[in-house]
Amino acid sequence: MTSVNILGGGPGGLYAALLLKKAHPAWEIAVLERNPAGATYGWGVVFSDQTLAAFREADYRTFTEITESFVTWEAIDIFVRDQLARCEGHRFAGLARRRLLNILQRRCADLDVALRFETEVGDLAALRQADLVIAADGGNSKTRAAYAEHFQPRLAEGRTRFIWFGTNRLFDSFTFIFRENQHGLFTVHAYPFDGGTGTFIAECADETWRRAGLDQADEAASLSYCESLFADHLRGRKLMSNYSRWLRFTTVRNERWSHENVVLLGDAAHTAHFSIGSGTKLAMEDAIALAQACEQHDLIGAALKQYELARKPKVEALQRAAADSQDYFEHVARYRGFEPIQFAFHLLTRSGRISYDNLRQRDPHFVSTVDRWFAEAGTFERSNVATFERFLAPPAMWTPLVLRGALLPNRVVLAARPPYTAEHGAITHSYADQLVRRAHGGAGLVLTEPVAVSASGRITPGCAGIYCPEHIDAWAHVVAAIHAQTPAIVALQLSHAGRRGATRPRTYGVDIPLREGTWALIAPSGVPYSSRNQTPRAMECADMEHICDLFAQAAHMADQAGFDMLMLNMAHGYLLGSFLSPLTNVREDDYGRSPERRMRLPLEVFDAVRAAWPTQKSIVVAINASDWARAGADISDAIGVAQALKAHGCDMIAVYAGQTTTRSRPIYDPGELAQYSDMVRNEGGLPTLATGYLTTSDQVNTLIAGGRADLCIIHPSDLFEH
Amino acid sequence: MELGVGLPNTLAGATSDLMLSWARQAEAGPFASVGVFDRLLYHSFDPLIALAAAAGATTRIQLATMIVIGPLRNDALLAKQAASLDALSGGRLTLGLAIGARRDDYAAAGVEYAARGRRLDEQLAALRAYWEDERFGPRPAQPGRPPILVGGLNDSAFARAARAADGYVHGGGPPKAFAGAAAKARAAWVDAGRTGRPKLWGQGYYALGDEADAAAGRAYLLDYYSFTGPFAERIAAGLLTTPQAIVQFARGYAEAGCDHLILFPTVARFDQLERLAEVVG
Repeated sequence: MTSVNILGGGPGGLYAALLLKKAHPAWEIAVLERNPAGATYGWGVVFSDQTLAAFREADYRTFTEITESFVTWEAIDIFVRDQLARCEGHRFAGLARRRLLNILQRRCADLDVALRFETEVGDLAALRQADLVIAADGGNSKTRAAYAEHFQPRLAEGRTRFIWFGTNRLFDSFTFIFRENQHGLFTVHAYPFDGGTGTFIAECADETWRRAGLDQADEAASLSYCESLFADHLRGRKLMSNYSRWLRFTTVRNERWSHENVVLLGDAAHTAHFSIGSGTKLAMEDAIALAQACEQHDLIGAALKQYELARKPKVEALQRAAADSQDYFEHVARYRGFEPIQFAFHLLTRSGRISYDNLRQRDPHFVSTVDRWFAEAGTFERSNVATFERFLAPPAMWTPLVLRGALLPNRVVLAARPPYTAEHGAITHSYADQLVRRAHGGAGLVLTEPVAVSASGRITPGCAGIYCPEHIDAWAHVVAAIHAQTPAIVALQLSHAGRRGATRPRTYGVDIPLREGTWALIAPSGVPYSSRNQTPRAMECADMEHICDLFAQAAHMADQAGFDMLMLNMAHGYLLGSFLSPLTNVREDDYGRSPERRMRLPLEVFDAVRAAWPTQKSIVVAINASDWARAGADISDAIGVAQALKAHGCDMIAVYAGQTTTRSRPIYDPGELAQYSDMVRNEGGLPTLATGYLTTSDQVNTLIAGGRADLCIIHPSDLFEH
Repeated sequence: MELGVGLPNTLAGATSDLMLSWARQAEAGPFASVGVFDRLLYHSFDPLIALAAAAGATTRIQLATMIVIGPLRNDALLAKQAASLDALSGGRLTLGLAIGARRDDYAAAGVEYAARGRRLDEQLAALRAYWEDERFGPRPAQPGRPPILVGGLNDSAFARAARAADGYVHGGGPPKAFAGAAAKARAAWVDAGRTGRPKLWGQGYYALGDEADAAAGRAYLLDYYSFTGPFAERIAAGLLTTPQAIVQFARGYAEAGCDHLILFPTVARFDQLERLAEVVG
């Protein structure tokens, strides 16, 4: 006969017990719980539709009892600066944790599961005499700690402080409240769970918590602080504590979930931030998967492997979404200036799991309000308050944008992909025609590939340039044709390849040095891009001046060619980008050694270009948000660069990453660069152009409407192919 | 989308006769290519030698490594072998390269496992350098070099494919998994400033016949992938065992933008090739 010891009588442990006992009545199953039968910590638990379908399959009796105990709601209310944004169509169901435990305990008792309350897990070795030990002993699992070398747990503490209360104020929705006082910004997550009680979680930054004296406050003082701060929302009702104290959220991950006959389940195996409310759901889903695995495999070892295989990828996906959500709440102060409607849209789309199109399906009215607000007031300056005179508005992607004297008809950027067929820097007629044809695709802005400011600043001999009079004519033809035939505006991307120059056309690969017809390279420091590339000469003062002159001259030519905008390339390890990174700039003079000094030449170039470029025309600068390399520049450096550029008159930042050195470790998830764009825009304080291989209008609308970017490069070949 | 068939070079019981008749029949059938796998500590024919034998038995069909574990091999010798195979076959080679995931093979070859990504980066540059070296011959028959594909699932692999190869070769899985990898391969391609688009190759496993054939196929996959632990079960569960499954699989790959799909046998019997030809012909 098979014997099972389940450590921990929470929902996950009880559910595993009853499912196993139901499938194998002869098994001897015991649940060991430290607390008395009626005791419980925490208030309500929340489930989604999907989870309920799984409960229905797994055990119909408890499913019926659970759903009969539910309160359900469909709205999310978001209060920010005392204004409310409501979004409907999100299905939630909740019940009291106590009630859930009660249902599961009774079902276990009916099935003859041995429930041993007030039983401490003392001797693990003795308990392991059983055939299977399920460690459902929570986020601080002692079992996990006992076999840490096998499970290899990784615990990560969150940055904010939070406290968990109950309340008799009846919330009819999932309610987020953002409130600022003299101590800082507080966030409330509140939701109903039975007819008379709700969960009320308050959260704030660590500094805010200390400023408010909450680090010294006991349970009663903490409760009274929150009650008075949110008195208007509580409407005279009370907060209730239940061993409530301020905590940091701990995310639990385990490399392995089982060791011999011991298996982790629920919080012992994994936790996910409370803002996506999934701890109990995950634990009960674990129980279902474990019971199924035990039906498929007679050998316990095989069943445990199967369980881990089935659950780990799903849990990890949810943990990634939870981490994004947690990160959002940790940095929510970044968005405090957003208008409430945009703030709400940004919050709802925070984890990447819900997009603009998803929200439109759930609540067309909400998204139409977002669209109407955006069409009136969705500029970078936040002082604009919408009057909502418009009752019809296009999705954010199709709204115009004014940048200095230029009107972009929409938020989509077409980035040209070079054919490397230019000769002596002059583009061919067929490439010019191709660019004009592609400008008909509907993008509001056509952006050239990196165009060299000098012959020796080219990446390859086939790269286009703008450094002699013939180049002006060739580009003027392109710009005039696009202006004549489309409403798009046209931007020239100015670049100097630096140490990535003198390579072959990128037909068969990238950064492959030329065999013949090569030229000498310059860079901040005399370090080659790779061991096969030419070693550049470290620039001297005269070189710095010359580079400024070249960029200024190119800007002047670009104006003559009729371009509406410029983009200066300071990204991807080209000349100006390589000044910004500590990996490529190891100079000991005033152009190196500190972030400020590494910015010096890029800023001098910017100033020279700004002076040579008409005031009514804007300048975008492309920078790396991260080198994606150890000891490289990261997002905080990038925000510093963006702020400095802004102070010098830069109008917008195009956000790229990687390629600084061959050791860069790229991330090709479109969400990654979108997140960087959000950070540069909302911490750096200037508009951004998002890159990162976006292919759908849904992605673009989610970024633009959410205030994560102001323009997006989109790659239409895939848009049309799929 | 072109469709190829795997040679049974890693299947126990694949004789010299079966390998050669398989290659000849594949060329006669509706297949654009024959593909091979690479293992050291396993009963299998060396991939490049197997393709050389197939080249000698055929005249037109393309020859593809899906993949060769590059870092196990000396750069100059691999360059020599690949160039020789391409030259002797009249330019029919597509060289898929990846780092693999088999520690035992690295140990057997005496190559450090931890540095394998960097080794492959270096090797891709070295192959090109040898093929361009005046002292080195034969020249690959295809202009410049045989097409190179890079495989692997982490983002470094996509970057490697975009920086130094002609495309990406996927390691197998349902069409949805291929589509996800293809999107990353394209993203890396655009990010690297490459012209055109990456060639995208895919692969799948099949066993056609009765229940016993399907069981034998699954048993082979469980054994072949036993080093992946429980993941082997998932691979085995994905085995294509009916004409319907094969047709849907191929259609899904084509829709996801696959340029060339190779279906690999899991049972070393000649009728497996005939059955597949009947389904896809």
